[in-house]
Order: sequence, then C-alpha cells, then structure tokens
Amino acid sequence: MVNAKSQRREAASLLIKGGHVIDPAAKINAPMDVLLRDGRVAEIAPPNKIRASAEEKFDARGLIVAPGFIDLHVHLREPGQRYKETIATGTAAAAAGGFTSVCTMPNTLPVVDSEEWVEWLRDPERGAVVNVFPIAAATRSSRGATLTDFAALQRAGAVAVTDDGKPILDDEVMRAALRLGAELNLPVVQHAEDTRLTETCSMHEGPTSFRLGLRGMPATAEANIVDRDVNFAQQIRESRLHVAHLSTSDALKAVRRGKRAKARVTCEVTPHHFTLLDENVGEYNTNFKMNPPLRSATDREAILVALADGTVDAIATDHAPHATHEKQVEFERAAFGITGLETALALAITKLHRDHKIPLTRIVELFTAGPARVFDLRGRGSLQRGDFADVTVFDPKKRWTFEAAKSRSLSRNTPFDGWQFTGKVVATIVGGKIVYRTD
Amino acid sequence: MHRLYSYAMNKPARGSLLSIEHLEDKEILGLLKLARRMNPLKARPQLRNKRIMLLFYEASTRTRSSFEIAAKSMGATTTLVESSGSSIEKGESLLDTAYTLRAVGADAIVIRHPAAGAPHLMAKHLDIPVINAGDGMHEHPSQALLDAFTILKHKKSFKGLRVAIIGDIYHSRVARSACHLLSRFGVKVTLCGPPELVPEFAISLAPGLHITRHIEEALRGTDVIMLLRVQQERLAGMKINLQDYMARYQMTTSRQKLAKREAIVMHPGPIIRGLELTSEVVDGPQSVIVDEVRNGVPVRMAILARALGKAK
Repeated sequence: MVNAKSQRREAASLLIKGGHVIDPAAKINAPMDVLLRDGRVAEIAPPNKIRASAEEKFDARGLIVAPGFIDLHVHLREPGQRYKETIATGTAAAAAGGFTSVCTMPNTLPVVDSEEWVEWLRDPERGAVVNVFPIAAATRSSRGATLTDFAALQRAGAVAVTDDGKPILDDEVMRAALRLGAELNLPVVQHAEDTRLTETCSMHEGPTSFRLGLRGMPATAEANIVDRDVNFAQQIRESRLHVAHLSTSDALKAVRRGKRAKARVTCEVTPHHFTLLDENVGEYNTNFKMNPPLRSATDREAILVALADGTVDAIATDHAPHATHEKQVEFERAAFGITGLETALALAITKLHRDHKIPLTRIVELFTAGPARVFDLRGRGSLQRGDFADVTVFDPKKRWTFEAAKSRSLSRNTPFDGWQFTGKVVATIVGGKIVYRTD
Repeated sequence: MHRLYSYAMNKPARGSLLSIEHLEDKEILGLLKLARRMNPLKARPQLRNKRIMLLFYEASTRTRSSFEIAAKSMGATTTLVESSGSSIEKGESLLDTAYTLRAVGADAIVIRHPAAGAPHLMAKHLDIPVINAGDGMHEHPSQALLDAFTILKHKKSFKGLRVAIIGDIYHSRVARSACHLLSRFGVKVTLCGPPELVPEFAISLAPGLHITRHIEEALRGTDVIMLLRVQQERLAGMKINLQDYMARYQMTTSRQKLAKREAIVMHPGPIIRGLELTSEVVDGPQSVIVDEVRNGVPVRMAILARALGKAK
C-alpha cells in the first residue's frame, strides 16, 4: 500500500554511489557502491565496479552507508493510545532517526497477547513507513501469571515475548517462559525490575533522590532480577534471555557471567543511559523520568565499558511517547518514559564515538548486526547480496541541533531539546525506497 | 497535537520561596533580619489589597494558620483552598488549579503539597510568587527559617554551634531544609536514627553533616536538639519495632542531660507525647517548641513581604 503522504517515486532500482560502507556483519569497512533492486541488495562492490544500471542514483560521497538500523525496543502506542503516538507517526520518527526496522512493545490497550493483534500490527493498513516487528506479551494481559501461546504468536510474526513495562516476577512463570522460548527458539525479553522494591519510586535511589525528597529505585531492584534470570538461562538449555534497557553495573556483571557460561543471554542499552545521570533530573524535570531511571556515574561508566567491549549487544531507544498533560504534573505522578528515535544515532556518535572514542564500526554494529542477531532478523542488519534493501546513510561529522518542536513523533517528551550533536542521518531506505531524506 | 499546556516554562517569579537549598546566604540572613523587625500586632499594612491564596493539599494547623495570620496582619486577604471541598477532588490537575487561582486574582500562592517539586512545577508556569509551605519529603523552607530564627534568639550565633536532628530524617522535609540552612552557616549537624530512617546518603545532602546510630553520641555536647515526628505506621511498614525504637531514640529528660546545660529542644510539630519525646521534655524548661510556633508568624510575615511588599 502506497502511503498517500509520501509521493516518492518508487524506484525499482537504486544505486548508492561513492559512500563508505560499514557492515560489521559482513566485516566490511571500506568505500563501496551498493545496488538495490526489487527490495533487495543486488550487488555491493568497490567504487565504480558495478556494471548494472539503476533507475535512481544516490550520491553518498562523504557519507557512511550502513545496513538499516534496527531498534529492538519501541512503544508505538497502538492499539489504544493513539493520542501519544500512532504507528504512522512513530515509524516516521524512526525513519528520521535512521531506523528501518522497529520492534514494538505489547503494553498497549489492550495488551498485544493474541495472534490477532500481532497480525493487526503488521498490517500495511497501519501506515508504517519502516518494518514493524511486534514483540508479543509473554503472559496473558501481561499479568505475569499464565503464559500466552508463544507458538501461535511466533507464527503470527512476533519476534520475541515480553511483559515489558512490568517484570515477569514469579520464578516459576519466568522459568516456564524460558523453557517454552527454548523449544521455539524464541527470545524472552525481561524488563528487570523487582517491583516489590520500587513501589511509589520515581527515580534512582541515591544522593540525588534523597536530596529531592523522592523515593528511589535501588540498583538491586534491577540487578537481583537479572541475576536470577541469568541463573535460569544457564540452567535451561537453549533458552534465550534478552535483558531490556539494562541500566546498572551490577546487572552487567550478571550478563557477563551468563555470556561466559555460554548461556544465550543478550542485552540492550538506551542512549539516555549512556548519556545522562540521575542528577540530570535537576529541578524535577519530568523529561528525565523513565523506567529504569537514570543512574549513577558508576553505572554509566560500566555501561560505556560494556558498549565498547561487546557485552552490550544492541542500542535500543525504548522510545516512549507521552502526551504533555501526562508529563506536566508532579514528578512522582508523571508518566515514565521519553522519546528517543530521532536522537539515538546523534547521541551514539557524539557521546560514544566523539567523546569516548568507540569506533564507528562498533557503533554501527550496535545498531545493525547486534540487534539483528538478538531477534534473528534474517536478511537484516547486513548488506550482503540478497539481504533486504534496508539502508541507513549518515554523515558522522555533520553538526546539528535537535529541535523537539520539529520531531515527527506526536509527543515531545525528550530531554534533548536544543542539544547540539555531531552525526546525522542523511537518508533512510526501506525495501529499496527512500522513506526519509534530510532537509 | 497537545495544546493544553505548552512546554514553555519560565523562571519562578521574584519573591518566590521554593527551597532553602537554592537561597543565597544573604537572602537567608535578609529574611531573618526582616523577621526581627516584624510585629504581628502592630504591622504596617504593606500588603493591603494583595490577595494571597493558601493552597493546602495536605492537613496543617501550624503552617496554615501562621501564614494566614502573617498575611492578614499586613493587610492582605487570604483565601484557603483545600483539596477536599474543591475541584481537586474531581481530579483537576495542579497546573489547572494554578491557572484558575491566577485567573481569580491571586497575587501569590502559598502551597503545601504531598509531592516533592509541586511548588516548582507551579512556579515555572505562573508569573506570580509561589511560596513552598512544604512539598512532600523535599523541603519546608519557612520552617527552617523559623527554626533558625528561634535558635538565634537563644544562641549568639551559628558559629561553632552543634545541632542534633533525631528521628525520621528520610521522610522529613523539615530535616532537609534545616540541614541546608544550618550547614550553610557552618553549623555541625549530627543526624541520628536507624539506617532505615537515616540512610548513609543523607550525609551528601550538605557539607558538615554526620550520622550516628547512637542517641548518646548525638546528644553529647550538643547546643540544639531537634526532634522529628515518627509515624507509627511507617515504623510498622519498615518492620521497625516500636518499643525498640523508643528505647534507642526517644528523647527523655535523662538523655537531655547529655547535651549542654543550656541546650534547647525543638520540634516542628505535631508532637506525639510519649513517642519521640516524653511529656517532661515537651513541657520542660529547655523546650522552645512553643516559641517556634510563635516565631513562625514574624518569619512568615518576612517571607510574604519579600514576595509582595515594596520593601524588598
């Protein structure tokens, strides 16, 4: 279905010329031209070596050409919360952020715990401009008690299961989920939070929460659950555990332990967790309120180390749009979450690459090969012949200022309004079609 | 798109009092000096024609009546808006309530609210002064000021002074504001209580703070004993045995003797006789608890004059 809004001519073939390809999955980091045809990568070769003709050409001189970025964790708010975001607006924001694929969280109204809803989300009628891969609920209504029908959900297109927003708290239910996931080779994504320790808490527990007079979530509330889950993952053969939005250094220790023991444990980290600290809450600014919360300098430092050394598998935004009236309230009552699709690459290049010298190849890996591997997104996360024609073209040196008012999201809850960045998406190509082009 | 509120926010209006933490030393000293000149019985009507809204989302005897008397003694009119019996019961948001009061003609709003940061939220969206009368566990600036005022009536200065704050510091906005203020002027503040009520992080609140778990250590050689209310339900919720707590932390006349001879005993109220302190301590010669309440009026007069009066 052609989206009436984007009257872009759908070229059957597109040649991306003159760019520098970074494709960690294919171990390519060199000037290459890329030919896309009929929605796939037809050819990738050194400059000027591609003989075949193309209907359209894209001049990528001075730019990085990467496999289309994949965001493992977004809240597109459909069904039921269209006032915060829709699949159309959320995917438009994704495209503007360089993402060609997003995995949607099921904590909507109602919760996506049936094949019908998974199919509904994937229907082109929803107006998505990038690929949408639903993550379905692990338990009915995400109440944490009875497992959903993982097999049916997987057949319908779910790439993983989760009760995100909430943890799977019960030991037996989590073990059962990992066991069933193992049988189906389906990852279980855990929002690791011991909610018995975080009731009425609105930020990280530390000197800042004490000073602000706010109840804080201790780091142990996350670390204890990750610790337990990693133990389960080690005990249950072939189980796949993916730790969502990991934010504490102690949780990283548990993930390392699991990986060393060869358990199939993966984890993702958000840009705000590698950039900000609890003290950035400042004077009760709810644009710095999310769950898990911004943490201590020690935690951020551990995250930076883990991003560099490979312990972290993916950068995922946890894009969580909320209406203004849900954020412009008392801090402890404000909704948890911030948007993130349009600032992720900029934060990665500015903070990780420019400030912390993490190589661009590693950054691209965190947006492409890493996430593709976590959820087995075949044909994605790389630009080898036959792979889907999902491409992200970016300028790693471009200086720009992010203006929240110009965001394509319906919501404006971001802490990064007015931030000056180095690194900008120039074009986003999905299935061979340019769905975003920088102005 | 959401047009109900905009994200555009302003700086709090001049004369607002949101916290002690962000007041400058000279502002604190200026307020104390102004308070000394205030006489509730014979004040200049410098706030005549000013409308002060008292927006109290939480119960209060002392603070509310004290602000009311302070305002009226300077010629202002006051209107009390409490959550029960107002549209707040119907779910009206804080900001909508703020806009409403502004539209009705408030010149200043004094707000007490159970959520930390509520006055700050209001102040960022209004062009009139907002006075924090207590926001959740965060701060109670006017209490810290009247406590400072009271201390200075009995002690020559803050220099070299030792103050012990005993009780539930974790939940206490009074303690936080007091720590910010006293620490600013070089007072050595000792916090005392069990770890659940006095966490280690508390030290980082302001310079010069110490923690001890032993009341004897806190009291030895102290000039000022500040007691805080302890809620039985909280202790129960934290699985702290009430008898144990009282055995270790209740203020008694014999414990009082550990402090300096002229040490004063303070409490922001409401007091629970027999819990955090005995009746003998409350009614004893070293207790200045009633003075504190009395001093609240001139201190709040100074706060309101700073907010709305011409003499700033």
